[in-house]
Amino acid sequence: MIRGLLLSVALLAALPALAQEKFIVVASTTSTEQSGLFGHLLPVFQKKTGIQVRVVALGTGQALDLARRGDADVVFVHARSAEEKFLAEGHGVRRFDVMYNDFVLIGPKPDPAKVSGGGDILGAMKKIRAASAPFVSRGDRSGTHTAELDLWKQAGIDIATEKGSWYRDTGQGMGPALNTAAAMSAYILADRGTWISFRNRGELAVAVEGDKRLFNQYGVMLVNPARHPNVKKDLGQAFVDWVISHEGQKTIAEYRIGGEQLFFPNAK
Amino acid sequence: MSEALSTALALLVGLDAKLIEIVLLSLCVSLSAVAIAALLGLPLGAAIAVGRFPGRQTVIVVLNALMGLPPVVVGLLVYLLLSRAGPLGALGILFTPSAMVVAQTILILPIIAALSRQAIEDAWREYEEQLRSLGAGRVNAAVTLLWDTRFSLLTTILAGFGRAAAEVGAVMIVGGNIDGVTRVMTTTIALETSKGDLPLALGLGMILIAIVIAVNAAAYLTKELAQRRYG
Amino acid sequence: MSNGAILPLRLAEVSFAAGGRTIIDRVSLDIETGPSTIILGANGAGKSVLMRLMHGLLEPSSGRIDWNAPERPRAPRKQAMVFQRPVMLRRSAYANIAYALKIAGIPEPQRGVLVRESLESVGLSHLARRSARVLSGGEQQRLALARAWALHPEVLFLDEPTASLDPSATREIESVIKAFDAAGTKVVMATHNLGQARRLGDEILFLNQGRLVERAPVEEFFAKPRSAQADAFIKGELPWT
Repeated sequence: MIRGLLLSVALLAALPALAQEKFIVVASTTSTEQSGLFGHLLPVFQKKTGIQVRVVALGTGQALDLARRGDADVVFVHARSAEEKFLAEGHGVRRFDVMYNDFVLIGPKPDPAKVSGGGDILGAMKKIRAASAPFVSRGDRSGTHTAELDLWKQAGIDIATEKGSWYRDTGQGMGPALNTAAAMSAYILADRGTWISFRNRGELAVAVEGDKRLFNQYGVMLVNPARHPNVKKDLGQAFVDWVISHEGQKTIAEYRIGGEQLFFPNAK
Repeated sequence: MSEALSTALALLVGLDAKLIEIVLLSLCVSLSAVAIAALLGLPLGAAIAVGRFPGRQTVIVVLNALMGLPPVVVGLLVYLLLSRAGPLGALGILFTPSAMVVAQTILILPIIAALSRQAIEDAWREYEEQLRSLGAGRVNAAVTLLWDTRFSLLTTILAGFGRAAAEVGAVMIVGGNIDGVTRVMTTTIALETSKGDLPLALGLGMILIAIVIAVNAAAYLTKELAQRRYG
Repeated sequence: MSNGAILPLRLAEVSFAAGGRTIIDRVSLDIETGPSTIILGANGAGKSVLMRLMHGLLEPSSGRIDWNAPERPRAPRKQAMVFQRPVMLRRSAYANIAYALKIAGIPEPQRGVLVRESLESVGLSHLARRSARVLSGGEQQRLALARAWALHPEVLFLDEPTASLDPSATREIESVIKAFDAAGTKVVMATHNLGQARRLGDEILFLNQGRLVERAPVEEFFAKPRSAQADAFIKGELPWT
């Protein structure tokens, strides 16, 4: 028993030494991580530069807050207005477009609101509201949640006052929210990446897709070292530069699930 | 359920490298936390058990209550401490296994202190007269009782380990569940569940339960053999 | 070990009260070297409390308890006590005695000899390595005696040492006590067993309801008790207190 204890303490003491290798902390979103993009993208970057990228995956709001506290070197999220605010507050250096994917409206096969197969997202949202069909919202200030709220607004619905028991505000990440929607046979707005990898579909299927309003733009920013002196600015900048470089963009485009491309690089 | 079982077995038999990495990290973090918590908590429990000081009863009540600290609250508090924006940010251990060890140590320290306090106080009731008659002072008595109740204390330590190995709230927040760095069994189960990959999550869960059962079986057997040999 | 004898022990008007009850009521007595002293009395007379007051485990509520030469801190204890139920640590018989020597400050190299001697004196040498808590009641009590004896104390207090034992174990304990007495240790023993008092005692201190009622050499006490309570006790007629 004593030997076991000593071994653990020795291992523990060694852990900081292991951490001595070059690394940066990137704050990103759960949906991006769960899409598997990072598993594909980061090893290429590490091989080229020797820099280990440690991704902490949270909701967009939390990821930006993490960076505001100085606990990340780079942010990689998809909520334009929140990112602009972050920049305006002086926490970021500069924002670059990286790639986009799209959202899809998922719904139960029985389709109580009769929206399946359509290409008009606003029309579909109106029909769901009118039918008081069950709808699951992420409710967690994530990029997806922000996009959903934006769509209600564009459809002319003041969801804060008009929601009823049909609207379920779960405060969860994309995966758990999809689980909930599957269990409740409800509609839900999801990013395509998470939907493709999602295994527990139950009765759910894609109801509406392709509307330009479902476009989901990703941005990358180096956290401002003037504001947070501990930021690894050279290593972080290397990552930002690579992700918008020709090689990084190509690697993003090469990522596929089930033969489908998930993210479309659009750095300028 | 059977898919979960076959997934789990496939993982184990295949000695999947990723799985081994995750299991080893989980054990390393929780064992380290238990070691530190025992080093601090056992003497603390003994001191409270044999000591006499004003406010002793209050200390005991508070210590017992702290056993029920919610892991996610501990995680949040440790995060605020270790964040760059926080007082200990300069240590730079946030999102590393060290932070997870810190959080788990804080979580299980009250358990080890409170349970050892109980065990040693019970023993003190039996031994006090004799030990004082032999001339043992309180410090001597505390050390002697720590050794004499060693088998009950082993059970206490293993209870602490079980709590640490099973919790997800604290390590998720202070570790960040970073792939290859701070991803442990419980956070992986949470992640796979949220991805909807339930068979994998269940498979991992079964492995975790198997580890905890093995540890507890070892504790029980040790205690039984000790009882027979030492009385 | 013979620097400053701690006897005689003097008690002056010692009282002890607890929970609103007076358990020891103004007892004055001297304990001198030499004859073995039996503290005799019915259950509830206060024998155990008196023993603990003398040994130093309890503080008197009033009155004084004075040894001739107070024990120096960190010096090996000159007085030891054996309780009705022996309390052993979870270690071997050998280790239990070694522990007592360690607490008393005996350096490690000297302990082995003392432990072996005291185990020998109670006939437990063959059980030295056995775990103490799995020994029988009689064996544990003999071990307790060995442990108390290992430091060769000047005074040996015994609080009803055979009350929990069967007759054959009782005989073994009594023979050990007699041997210690013969070797020069002052024996002070509490008991309610008349036969035992007669077998082992040289003088009797008779306690009744917390008061020292009578003190006499043993034969005189049993032949011609001077107090009514002593008389009733010997005849087996003393009511429970």
